[in-house]
Amino acid sequence: MLETLASAPVLPSTRRTLLDARDLHAWYGESHILHGMTFTIPEGEVVTLLGRNGAGKTTTMRSIMGLLRKREGSLVYDGTETVGLPPNRIARLGIGYVPEERGIFASLNVRENLELPPVVKPGGLTTAEVYELFPRLLERKGSQGTKLSGGEQQMLAIARILRTGAKLLLLDEPTEGLAPVIVQQIGEIIRTLRAKGFTVLLVEQNFRFAATVADRHYVVEHGRVVDAILNEDVPANTAKLQEYLGV
Amino acid sequence: MFELIGIPPQALFGQLMLGLINGAFYALLSLGLAVIFGLLNVINFTHGAQYMMGAFVAWMLLNWVGVPYWGALIIAPVLVGAFGIVLERLFLSRLYHLDHLYGLLLTFGLALILEGLFRSQFGSSGLPYGNPLPGGTNLGFMFLPWYRAWVVGFSLFVCLATWFVIERTKLGSYLRAATERPDLVQAFGVNVPRMITLTYGFGVGLAALAGVLAAPAYQVSPTMGSNLIIIVFAVVVIGGMGSILGSVITGFGLGIVEGLTKVFYPEASATVIFVVMAIVLLVRPAGLFGTAK
Ligand SMILES: Nc1ncnc2c1ncn2[C@@H]1O[C@H](COP(=O)(O)OP(=O)(O)OP(=O)(O)O)[C@@H](O)[C@H]1O
Ligand SMILES: [Mg+2]
Repeated sequence: MLETLASAPVLPSTRRTLLDARDLHAWYGESHILHGMTFTIPEGEVVTLLGRNGAGKTTTMRSIMGLLRKREGSLVYDGTETVGLPPNRIARLGIGYVPEERGIFASLNVRENLELPPVVKPGGLTTAEVYELFPRLLERKGSQGTKLSGGEQQMLAIARILRTGAKLLLLDEPTEGLAPVIVQQIGEIIRTLRAKGFTVLLVEQNFRFAATVADRHYVVEHGRVVDAILNEDVPANTAKLQEYLGV
Repeated sequence: MFELIGIPPQALFGQLMLGLINGAFYALLSLGLAVIFGLLNVINFTHGAQYMMGAFVAWMLLNWVGVPYWGALIIAPVLVGAFGIVLERLFLSRLYHLDHLYGLLLTFGLALILEGLFRSQFGSSGLPYGNPLPGGTNLGFMFLPWYRAWVVGFSLFVCLATWFVIERTKLGSYLRAATERPDLVQAFGVNVPRMITLTYGFGVGLAALAGVLAAPAYQVSPTMGSNLIIIVFAVVVIGGMGSILGSVITGFGLGIVEGLTKVFYPEASATVIFVVMAIVLLVRPAGLFGTAK
């Protein structure tokens, strides 16, 4: 245990730590998936988890939200230990979640999907501001949620957690399977969110895209953080990243 | 007096009215089952016993405490609903991560226990409950008893109000979303376990409400629920598990079908619903309003 801690790569930051994950272990039933994830998310940054398929990126997101029955280690959000809290309490601390499969509700229309997550903290965007950021959702607000295109559903999944006052946004592969134009738009949105003061934890397979939006990157392998790279060091580490990601 | 295909209109409309009454009970009960199944994934076999408890609580309120029908209409569903909440917290909540079958077995067992308790306490012959709305009016083509009109109208109102809350309000959007993805709704900050508990309490309360409505129309007896619930499950299968409006429409519709069968072919009236069920299962296995999963 101490060994994992000691070997966890650390990067300097002048900002306050918003989320501090230490030696996080998680299980799906009997399978032990996370083997001591250690990383920090400084407030106001866009931080990515990079890694191959099955590395444990989604599991890390779900662990942060408390969606796995069995977790061990420590996950301190804004001074509060969250291991042991149920998902609803964790969300109310100010964490918004966009799952990998987007989680748009078929029995809700676009407006209902957008307004579903309750406001958990003051200071979120107003519904009008959200529609300004995503005009397409206003045009389609009466449609069934799952009738939207993939890109629109992704926008909706992001849009709905901006109203809640959550400060930390967990985005699990928001660009997966989307056309290059849409990927660009999502990159634009992430930069806008950063400028508005949101903190983002982004899961990505595509580090070239990740490098256009992020401040720092953590490389995940077999349920551990094996490397940490500041965004300005990405060009110098391209070969290493390609090796990690198998691209 | 005119006749319709050889049937006197008094008989025809009288049976239609009886059919609507039965339909009102089918609708209320299958609605509760649908709401519970949607969110809890539990087929609530205790539903019939909870309906019976509603009628008994009304009877006890009247005979032991002196609370009349109109008070029982509110108090009995609240009490029985609270009892449902205790059952959910103590027993059902431990089974959600298991197969449907476990919930079904548990609720079936609970139904047997409850029925047995009431039978040993009150006997099985049935207790009378006075009609709070005696009399009626002659519509010309038929005589309309006030109490029957009230049961049909009030049930319809309760069903539509429930549908409205679920389909058109913010609270309902939580319920619909949690029916699809409870984990995600909880990860948005909603206390889903509490919502599940309250939903079960509400569904049970609906069953008890139907029981209070039934008390003056039928006898109050320990077996009144188990007799009815078999038909209600057939109604649920026909309508499609989990569809709110579907269960209401199917409930009233099948009540009418049953009433008409009594007029035109009385021998089949006890089985017609099961015949419809068999046909629906063959043609549309997910039910008339259900979507295949
Ligand atoms: N529900 C589950 N039950 C059991 N094992 C699971 C479950 N979900 C994921 N796993 C396993 O956990 C490991 C990590 O999966 P995870 O989804 O976290 O990977 P990921 O890094 O997000 O991958 P991807 O890039 O494909 O999304 C994989 O080996 C996967 O097979
Ligand atoms: Mg993943």
